Amino acid sequence: MSDRPSPLWQLTLSRFREFVREPEALFWVFAFPLLLAVALGLAFRDKAPDRIPIGLVAGAGADRAAAALGRSPVLMVRTMSPGEAREALRTGKISLLIESGTPWIFQFDQTRPDSRIARLEAEDALQRAAGRHDAIAIRSDLVTEKGSRYIDFLIPGLVGMNLMGTGIWSLAFGITTARQKQLLKRLVATPMRRSHYLLAQVLGRLVFLLPEIVILVGVGWLVFGVAVRGSLWLLLVTSLVGAMTFCGLGLLIASRARTIEGASGLANLVMLPMWLLSGVFFSSERFPERVQPVVRALPLTALNDALRGVITEGWSPAAVAAKLAIVAAWGLASFLVALRIFRWR
Amino acid sequence: MTRSLESLESHRSPQSLAPLESSPATSPQTMAAPAAPEVAVRCRGLVKRYGEVVAVDGLDLEVRRGECFGLLGPNGAGKTTTLEILEGLTVPDAGEVEVLGFAWGKGNQALRQRLGLALQETQLSPKLTVLETLRLFRSFYIRGRRPEEVMRRLALDEKRDAPVGKLSGGQKQRLAVACALVGDPELLFLDEPTTGLDPQSRLQLWEQVTDFRGAGGTVALTTHYMEEAERLCDRVAIVDHGRVIALGTPAELIASLHAADVVEFASEPELPRESLLHLEGVREVRRRGANWSLAVGSLIAGVPALLAAVERSGARLVHLSTHRATLEDVFVALTGRALREE
Repeated sequence: MSDRPSPLWQLTLSRFREFVREPEALFWVFAFPLLLAVALGLAFRDKAPDRIPIGLVAGAGADRAAAALGRSPVLMVRTMSPGEAREALRTGKISLLIESGTPWIFQFDQTRPDSRIARLEAEDALQRAAGRHDAIAIRSDLVTEKGSRYIDFLIPGLVGMNLMGTGIWSLAFGITTARQKQLLKRLVATPMRRSHYLLAQVLGRLVFLLPEIVILVGVGWLVFGVAVRGSLWLLLVTSLVGAMTFCGLGLLIASRARTIEGASGLANLVMLPMWLLSGVFFSSERFPERVQPVVRALPLTALNDALRGVITEGWSPAAVAAKLAIVAAWGLASFLVALRIFRWR
Repeated sequence: MTRSLESLESHRSPQSLAPLESSPATSPQTMAAPAAPEVAVRCRGLVKRYGEVVAVDGLDLEVRRGECFGLLGPNGAGKTTTLEILEGLTVPDAGEVEVLGFAWGKGNQALRQRLGLALQETQLSPKLTVLETLRLFRSFYIRGRRPEEVMRRLALDEKRDAPVGKLSGGQKQRLAVACALVGDPELLFLDEPTTGLDPQSRLQLWEQVTDFRGAGGTVALTTHYMEEAERLCDRVAIVDHGRVIALGTPAELIASLHAADVVEFASEPELPRESLLHLEGVREVRRRGANWSLAVGSLIAGVPALLAAVERSGARLVHLSTHRATLEDVFVALTGRALREE
């Protein structure tokens, strides 16, 4: 019969329908990353640095010292009794404790960066008040350049995290559910081509790729002024490679799992390390040199590097391609293994 | 559509809603049977074990083209396992299977183009609607029927846009059969198609099976309802403990009892078994709950003899009923157990 509809199209349509009729899934794909971006964007928005609280023990000369310290733009001085001051230092309510005398005594924990800053600032203020003169003149030029803020770091990381989450969840859950509920058993009893089924799962996920990217990057641009410096096409290609790779990992997770619980355990096992290590919320460079080879080899690290390269640094296609090669290698390997070990019942 | 199908109205005719009990076992349609009937499904020496449990234990059978073949047996007899082996969904531990001239293995997709099946509990995506589900299944087949038409024939019109997850058990089962028919199969496998259905849904399904077979299709089904086997099936294999213990047309199987009728009675005080065995025309005596069940060659001879025996012993008759022998009685005679343990 000539009116035969395309099975691949029907399968993809079915997958798409199943997805959009699941409100929770839509929340996790679209609303969650957006809420996260807004919340983190607000929490780390640009503002004047906080003043560092310090304590001054009441006594002779304390009033003059308090006035001198109060002129510093960095310090916030409170005068307190010795017992009160010690308690405040111990519990971290103040970063530095100052007792006037000869010599002056500074008490602080030198492992705390803010304590060290407070010490330098306090000494400077007191010495100047006592009549010290600067030997050379210094002028501070303050820099707040777009591209170096936390939100600029965060948006590409969230795009990467979302590509990972959506790809892995939609494939791993979709297929494992179909297997556990024996939908797969019924489909396998038809002449359906198995490659069509798997391809439809991937296509059904890729439908969401464009809106996902547009929403996250769009909100980043409109609300936080995070501009894409590189080519939009390159951004799309990078996202597509990332999405496909995580579809592959999702398929691999789903290839043997018999239950949803089993699949979600595996999915978390795969994703959790990457949330932490792959530079979503903070730079992966912070991890020790010894583990860097592992961190850099992770697909999400490479994808996040590529996304940051395109969005905040405006990398050339050649520079992005080097990172994408790592991402694509993971995807290819996952697909190949998954297809070999896939359980159809 | 290659098959001419009756209009929907005939499915709702009052006649087809008559109580099941009143309709006698339909004799197999007397179609001009070819001298050597072509075989649609053949299996030999099937064995399937699940750990210690032997589900199928050396089972042989043949389904001829154009017939409706039934596997009748109690739950756990191995019917479903057998059917799933025939459907190519389960791999047997031993034995050979041939479906439409092919063995399962290579070229499965070509063979599957010619089959339709409904699993014991066919699971379909709960988020898709009835019509979407049928369109999806239609797309897998090179030739097939229009989804809308199949939907109408199984009285699912009103539910066309309802999600599968919201359908009743009967509607789901009809949809499962619709999915089996939408590929316009030559051979239809149905695993307990009417288990748990209300009488009306059951009749609707029976009509569909009868129509399909009437249009030249071959059906292999499992059931534990003897009425279903008697009404639908040209031939029946009675299965117990993973083996075929009797095979034939329903009429042949019932005739093999040499007792066309069954008399059930109870009296106070109860008559001893021995006194019943010697009554004229009584072939067999069984316990059936509080009653004695007598298989008799003829009611005309058997009932008067029984009444006379009760009279002679001075007992009082508290229950007396008779029915034509059924496949249930055949099963009881062969195994000493009822098909459905209530």
